[in-house]
Amino acid sequence: MSMWKGLHMTARAAHGIHVSLRFIHKHTRLCTLWSRNISTGRPVQNDFFKDLENQFKAFREKAADAMPGSDWTPFEKNRSLPPERADIVIVGGGVVGWSIAYWLKQKEMIRDGVRVLVVERDPTYSQASTVLSAGGIRQQFSLPENIHLSMISADFMRNINEHLSVLNEDPVDLQFNHSGYLFLASEKVAHIMEENYRTQRYAGAKVSLLSTTQLKEKCPWINTDGVVLASYGLENEGWFDPWMLLNAFRRKAISMGVYQCFGEVTGFRYTTNTMTTAEGDTVDFRRIKYANVQMPNSLEYQPVECAIVVNAAGAFSGKVAEMMGIGLGLKDTIAGIPLPVEPRKRFIYVVHCPNGPGLDTPFLVDYSGVYFRREGLGGNYIAGMSPEEEEEPETNNLEVDHQFFQKIWPHLAHRVPAFECLKVTSAWAGFYDYNTFDQNGIVGMHPLVNNMFFATGFSGHGLQHSPAVGRAMAELILDGGFKTLDLSAFSFKRIMTKEPMLERNIV
Amino acid sequence: MASRFPILCICLSPFSLSMFCVSVCQLMQRSCRQVTLLAAPSRYWSSIPVAPPSLQPRLLLFLSQRFHDIETILSWSSWFKNRGLRQKNLFAGQSEWFRSDRRGKFNWDFMNHRDTSIEEVDVSNTLINYTGLENLVKQRGLCTLSVSGCAEVDDWFLSRLHIFQDTLEELDISNCPRISVGGLAALQKLRGLRRLDVSSLPRLQNPGLVAILLEEMLPHCHVTAIGYDHSLIYSHTQTDG
Repeated sequence: MSMWKGLHMTARAAHGIHVSLRFIHKHTRLCTLWSRNISTGRPVQNDFFKDLENQFKAFREKAADAMPGSDWTPFEKNRSLPPERADIVIVGGGVVGWSIAYWLKQKEMIRDGVRVLVVERDPTYSQASTVLSAGGIRQQFSLPENIHLSMISADFMRNINEHLSVLNEDPVDLQFNHSGYLFLASEKVAHIMEENYRTQRYAGAKVSLLSTTQLKEKCPWINTDGVVLASYGLENEGWFDPWMLLNAFRRKAISMGVYQCFGEVTGFRYTTNTMTTAEGDTVDFRRIKYANVQMPNSLEYQPVECAIVVNAAGAFSGKVAEMMGIGLGLKDTIAGIPLPVEPRKRFIYVVHCPNGPGLDTPFLVDYSGVYFRREGLGGNYIAGMSPEEEEEPETNNLEVDHQFFQKIWPHLAHRVPAFECLKVTSAWAGFYDYNTFDQNGIVGMHPLVNNMFFATGFSGHGLQHSPAVGRAMAELILDGGFKTLDLSAFSFKRIMTKEPMLERNIV
Repeated sequence: MASRFPILCICLSPFSLSMFCVSVCQLMQRSCRQVTLLAAPSRYWSSIPVAPPSLQPRLLLFLSQRFHDIETILSWSSWFKNRGLRQKNLFAGQSEWFRSDRRGKFNWDFMNHRDTSIEEVDVSNTLINYTGLENLVKQRGLCTLSVSGCAEVDDWFLSRLHIFQDTLEELDISNCPRISVGGLAALQKLRGLRRLDVSSLPRLQNPGLVAILLEEMLPHCHVTAIGYDHSLIYSHTQTDG
């Protein structure tokens, strides 16, 4: 149909030339006294060349549409549907998903080398873990890989305008507060803290250990009862605005040509290749051919033909993995091992305390599991605590349990006496993409699904590791292996061999 | 949204070549500006004036929205500018080092970097390395630091100052357009600070409140915060009688 339209347009353009010719003649005949262009040849020639250019352009567009691989269809299409084919489909439009999309475009060698599509279920991001996060970044981990991930991400954020600035748009402002993290250790866990300190210093993080007296001197508002050792991050630690980071990634990625689609991936169409092992067991190797993206509030769906699918769906990655049959095989086989990521609800309470600690409040994490940080300049703080395994709240909604604050308050008041009189002004809940196996991210390919990559399971650290993880995934996909940071320790292999890599400093 | 249509492939549009020349001239203009900065470090910039966009940038803006190539070329030029800044830092650092060597000062050094744009944390560190003291003694002795008016000093630079936490006594960060509250919170590590100047920081929304909080945070420090308009803003509200 567009070809016919094109023909009509050329006819109209030719007609236009005649019209303009006639107009010019009339003009010069009528106003010879004050006409600016007396010679009739010039404007006619200009019109002719401009129209010729337009016609060449139209011809080129038509030719490109006729080539295979273009998006031209003779049928009317719903605009919000994703394209019919894409090279890489990223399931999940959180900060990890958009970071991967940005780095994929950043690393492609030629323009439009890969067609990347990011599919996000929720256009309002009301349930997305990214925006509900407390937004902290720290280097104080026990695993060197985690420390490196945080350091690289902090480097990225320091130079964020070099990476993510779009021409003629406002520069990115993350509102980064450089107040550092302060971890407190009791006698029982002091040796773990010392070990972690050594690992962190060896990896290059700027952390300092404080004794009780030094701690009291630095933070006079702390009650050091029960605290034996404290660890404070001097550089590259603090908190920032996660929504700004997400939007910066999104804006830059879209400016580089990433397609965005609001819809839900409801299933995959795949081919299966069955092979038998030496012992005679059969193993199914699957390859995704199409990802079915369903439009919100509608039954309409678009099967997107894709080469690679990246599972960055955060708390809901387990469901996406189930769509591929991961975990639905027989027990004791590889196909029977599910993706061990499930959503865990965590609460954050906003409290107001007029006499609380001032501008120098770090992100304080107590050994009891309670944490709090300053929010703004008006005496507001946000506080939370990770519940025990037995008391995990249910995850079918994001309702806040205000009774849970009664468990947090005694610890807060014990640690900071000024918090004895405070008022809870607000609260919210968000999901952790909790890795039930060892609370560390899962990055890499699945052994049985040949073209599905995972970047999920970060259990609360996804936001602070997102720039580095995005780059690592892009290297894995486009270069075939990790180049700048080796994250092979986070692969699916450890789940198959049942060797957990425990991170001891979880908040 | 820039079109994906490469203009350099059209043989028919001669003005694309001229636009290419224009953007190259822009590039050269910018680099010329950097060279003059290098040659005359005594020129004083109290604040970056905002000039109305002249014809040339507007034309480039119009073109960059239409042609992908121009957009790429313009982003290259800003990348070159960044690189140029970084190279300039190293150069300026070296000249300072020669100067302090000749003067032979020890134990404290007053540095006034009014115009050098200290851009990135790493490079600025080497700058202070050179200027703080003579060669071998580490920068532990730095007592006074003034980065007033530096356009590239930002919050990350402030968080890096913890190196001088015991010795730094005077810090002047006035007129730095990139510093915000988040960076000022990082100054808590400078326990020896006696005088702090945070005048005329354009990104502070509540300068009076921030000055008070800083004084609370650093009890022995005297905070100077001039150049702000502390007057109340009256808004007329219509009340229906």
